[in-house]
Amino acid sequence: MLNREFITRLEVITGPENVTTTPEDLLTYSYDATADMPSQLPDVVVSPRSTREVREIIKLAGKHRIPVYPRGSGTNLSGGTIPVKKGIVLSLLRMDQILEIDADNLTATVQPGVIIQDLNTAVAPYGLIYPPDPGTVATATMGGSVSECSGGLRGLKYGVTKHYVMGLEVVLANGEVVRLGGKTVKNVTAYDLVKLFTGAEGTLGIITEITVKLIPAPEFKKSMLAVFKNLVDAGNTVSAIVKNKVIPATLEIMDNMTIRTVENFVKIGLPTDSEAILLIEVDGIKGVVLKEAETVLRVVRANNGEIKVAETDAERDKLWAGRRAALPALAQLSPTTVLEDATVPRSKITEMLVAIQAIAAKYSLRIGTFGHAGDGNLHPTIVTDERNHEEMARVHQAVDEIFAVALQLGGTLSGEHGIGIAKLKYLGQELGETGLNLLRRVKEALDPDYLLNPGKMVPVKGE
Amino acid sequence: MDNSIPLKKVRAEIAKCMKCGNCMAVCPIYKATKAEAGVARGKIQLAAALLEGRLPFTHGVEERLMTCLTCKACSANCPCGVKADEIILAARAAVAGKLGLPLIKTAAFSALKRPLLFDWGLKLGSRFQGIFLKDNGQGNRSPRFPIGLDSKRVLPVLAGVTFRDAFVPVSLANPRLKVAFFTGCVTNYIYTEVGKAAVEVLRANNIEVIVPEEQHCCGAPVRIHGDVATAEEMARSHVDSFAKLQVDAIITVCGTCGETFQHSYPELLVNDRVYGPKAGKIAGITHDISEFLVNVVKINSAALSGVNLKVTYHDPCHLVRGMGVSREPREILRAIPGVSLTELKNPARCCGGAGSFSLTHYGLSMDIHRHKADDIRASGAEVVVTGCGSCRMQLEDGLRQHGTPRKVMHTVEVLAQAYAGQKAGDVPA
Repeated sequence: MLNREFITRLEVITGPENVTTTPEDLLTYSYDATADMPSQLPDVVVSPRSTREVREIIKLAGKHRIPVYPRGSGTNLSGGTIPVKKGIVLSLLRMDQILEIDADNLTATVQPGVIIQDLNTAVAPYGLIYPPDPGTVATATMGGSVSECSGGLRGLKYGVTKHYVMGLEVVLANGEVVRLGGKTVKNVTAYDLVKLFTGAEGTLGIITEITVKLIPAPEFKKSMLAVFKNLVDAGNTVSAIVKNKVIPATLEIMDNMTIRTVENFVKIGLPTDSEAILLIEVDGIKGVVLKEAETVLRVVRANNGEIKVAETDAERDKLWAGRRAALPALAQLSPTTVLEDATVPRSKITEMLVAIQAIAAKYSLRIGTFGHAGDGNLHPTIVTDERNHEEMARVHQAVDEIFAVALQLGGTLSGEHGIGIAKLKYLGQELGETGLNLLRRVKEALDPDYLLNPGKMVPVKGE
Repeated sequence: MDNSIPLKKVRAEIAKCMKCGNCMAVCPIYKATKAEAGVARGKIQLAAALLEGRLPFTHGVEERLMTCLTCKACSANCPCGVKADEIILAARAAVAGKLGLPLIKTAAFSALKRPLLFDWGLKLGSRFQGIFLKDNGQGNRSPRFPIGLDSKRVLPVLAGVTFRDAFVPVSLANPRLKVAFFTGCVTNYIYTEVGKAAVEVLRANNIEVIVPEEQHCCGAPVRIHGDVATAEEMARSHVDSFAKLQVDAIITVCGTCGETFQHSYPELLVNDRVYGPKAGKIAGITHDISEFLVNVVKINSAALSGVNLKVTYHDPCHLVRGMGVSREPREILRAIPGVSLTELKNPARCCGGAGSFSLTHYGLSMDIHRHKADDIRASGAEVVVTGCGSCRMQLEDGLRQHGTPRKVMHTVEVLAQAYAGQKAGDVPA
């Protein structure tokens, strides 16, 4: 419990209306969107409105050695915003201004509380887009998605958040403010510190301003649905499309369990007897798109798939509605949905899919797999019930094994959800002891007292 | 009584919430406050904590649960189909059971369930409203001095003669259909012209209209505030008076009243072996006026004369998401020669009125309304058409507060003008 004097000092910084310690409010900051996680009430939630206020809060917290957890909308899937060691939840939602749209330099500068979709809406009149599109695009904040380096459906062609962050303003653990990067495409001044803070999950500093790259909106799109009787054919098609020099904007896969569940949920005529479907969208200049679509058709057929091209916007919307329904449909099967994002090189996607099916059978679990096949980022989704302790034990074993297989195949623990609390214990398997120590040294150089989002990403000493 | 019973009933619904936070994209309260307790995800977690005994029943919880418009946008946008609004109402009921209702609400609700007293009070109010409220010369009133209402607030005038008192029954020789009209309070006491328009339009279609005398408030305000026992009592009273009628349909002109007849009564009385089936019967024949005219009566647009109006349409929350009516009012407006309908960017976003929410949370309610006012201004419409009296009160006040005063009409009033053969703004046929 923080003493009254400390709270009063916070109130002096932000105004009392931006500080809350009532249990009813604290309870609503004790969780995020991650399933199967511990919850913990913070001592206080404070909502600063400026970099200056953030700085004052960080200084005060540092002086009293109180942990600080930066938080946007709390939509992450790694337990990244849960205040596990109590202390201060720093809600950045009220720093929500789009500061500048620079159409000459194709950049936008925003405060961390801006919602991703709101940025896209604001740049649309300029014919521009901000490509990273996590599933939470309508709710997640820019600060949160930069801190988690979120991905989305367009990763294969357009990359992920870190490929768009050009400049940052960061409040460091000691209360100093630093501005890094800027609007120039080229910038090799010193270490790439913009990248260091991007995806740092709020463990190294508090991001208070972000400059991102924008790109022209693609003028033409073509969406297709490929149906396979055999999982291996689907996996091979993914690699073959790219090998044939077509980089689709999206290349998504759904396995049989996901197809059946989605069809049962939205009834859009998906082939429930197929082993896998691929949803493919190519975009860009019309002539090029039509040529690429033909290549996709040829490759799918060569790999024993049947293909359907969406001829109208309505057909296209239907295809994507099916994909968007994947997670909610699976989630409706049971109360707890454990969603992973183990990622492998594209060429190993078939092996990964087959391995996940084997793991589901081995542990008698229901696992639906869908995801961004084009970039090797799969979402094996285990539907379970956290009140069933016996089954949860099997879930945990299955998750352990999924990660082990991903790493064996040359992949990584997390493609886009981050480490947070959820994957902390697996970190050593990928990084080794040397890697873990390096992580700790970076952390301790910037935040020696482990006050910024402690318990996430970097194992705390002695724990 | 075990106060957590209402919460136990929604236990499975609470478990369905995966805390994804998609409700944040659509919650008008959250957009204004940016506080997690404002949005459905936060409120569901509060309900879960109450149910599991992790949080005591406090006035703090009560206030957070009350800060909800019951606009149902969260439920409509929930990828997992969680009925968040029902969880919130169940939590309110649990809290009301534990803490009791605030004194002022207890007084108001006991008046609502005593129709004669309520009726007398409002009629008295219409006689004496001039003492407290000054006429602003535009058909509305504002408080003369502080009476617990914001002094800038623009209020509609209470009718001198209520709709039901003024109603003269007419029996038709060979009516096509016979319907019972449930007027709702706002139509009876304030916008009586909406009731008159509904009757005119129905009669123009050779439909006989009866207005049962044994009707009063539908009970939605009571249920929404967690007073389930009173809501049940009011439901039984209306089941008694409407189930015995020999009519083809029950017509409402307000989404909240209609939703209450269609959904709340059967739900409230589900365990009542006598009243449950009767409630189901009246629910099955309840129609919103516009939905009835388009889908059942199938009005003939050739019978309509021109009404020259540039309008836009606001979807009332309980009409669009409660009764599923959004296409029909637009079809009516488009069928009237001379009416040009421009859609709002976000027509189904809550206007912030939410019945008594605008009384208890006036500032927040007006913050929420700003989006609606901006949207309406951008539409270029001269008249805002809607299908709910509560929305109309909010729109009339809110649009004026935000510097965009506009005339507000019910869909059926515009239609009545078309039947009457032009009263204002004629277009030669």
